Amino acid sequence: MPVAEPEAYLAVASRFENIELVQAVVEDLLRRLELGEDDRHWIGLAVREAVANAIKHGNGSDPSKQVEVEVRVDDGAVEVAVRDEGQGFDPATVADPLAPENLLRPGGRGIFYMRSLMDNVEYRFGAGGGTEVVLRKRIKAASAPRGEEETRT
Amino acid sequence: MNIRQRQVGDVTVLDVTGKITIGVGDVAIRDAVQVALGGGARDILLNLQGVTTIDSAGVGELVSAYTSVAHRGGKLKLVGLPPKVNDILQITQLITVFEVYDDEASAVASFK
Repeated sequence: MPVAEPEAYLAVASRFENIELVQAVVEDLLRRLELGEDDRHWIGLAVREAVANAIKHGNGSDPSKQVEVEVRVDDGAVEVAVRDEGQGFDPATVADPLAPENLLRPGGRGIFYMRSLMDNVEYRFGAGGGTEVVLRKRIKAASAPRGEEETRT
Repeated sequence: MNIRQRQVGDVTVLDVTGKITIGVGDVAIRDAVQVALGGGARDILLNLQGVTTIDSAGVGELVSAYTSVAHRGGKLKLVGLPPKVNDILQITQLITVFEVYDDEASAVASFK
């Protein structure tokens, strides 16, 4: 796994409205990488899911707990790490949302979204608590973000 | 996120625009469907033409709306799926659950 310096680091309180903030930052960074609208949308959506899970399941929607987001860019890939202060869980116990008996369940699709939209999704659990999910997606533009003149649309 | 309710014959149409996402849009869908059902609606058509983003919570609300309408003996159908919403319904295989129409006239006629 790459250890590029983060292009962006954010820490937000566990409120759903902060998902918008994270998505805006991530998508702006991806725009500077010259990613197309579709790629920006799908990566942004996967990050939304990771942050939503961190807020809801990890931090129990307690605004005094933070969600940290780190975006790294390395050779041909973008990597987004999302950390919460929760107790962790076993991803293997999450039910398959495509199983016929689960298809009409209202919840349980967040991790599936991430796995469908990204190339790799990895969970790491800290010894002292906290869950980190690392989302990785190969991108065509393999360069560091361009200058600010590229940020306008 | 904005939802407007209108009536086309016996069908209640909900025009949804913006993001159907956790914390705001998902709740708005639930409330709008409950209000429509409470007002006597039986068949509901969700027009998703103006939807830009739908996350897993939003998809979950579509499923909940579908089942609550069905439990009351009505039907909930979808019209005007933008490509990205269509992609999500394909990925989640919910495209096999919902009846989806390209245009409103066909969708409304299908309830009869």
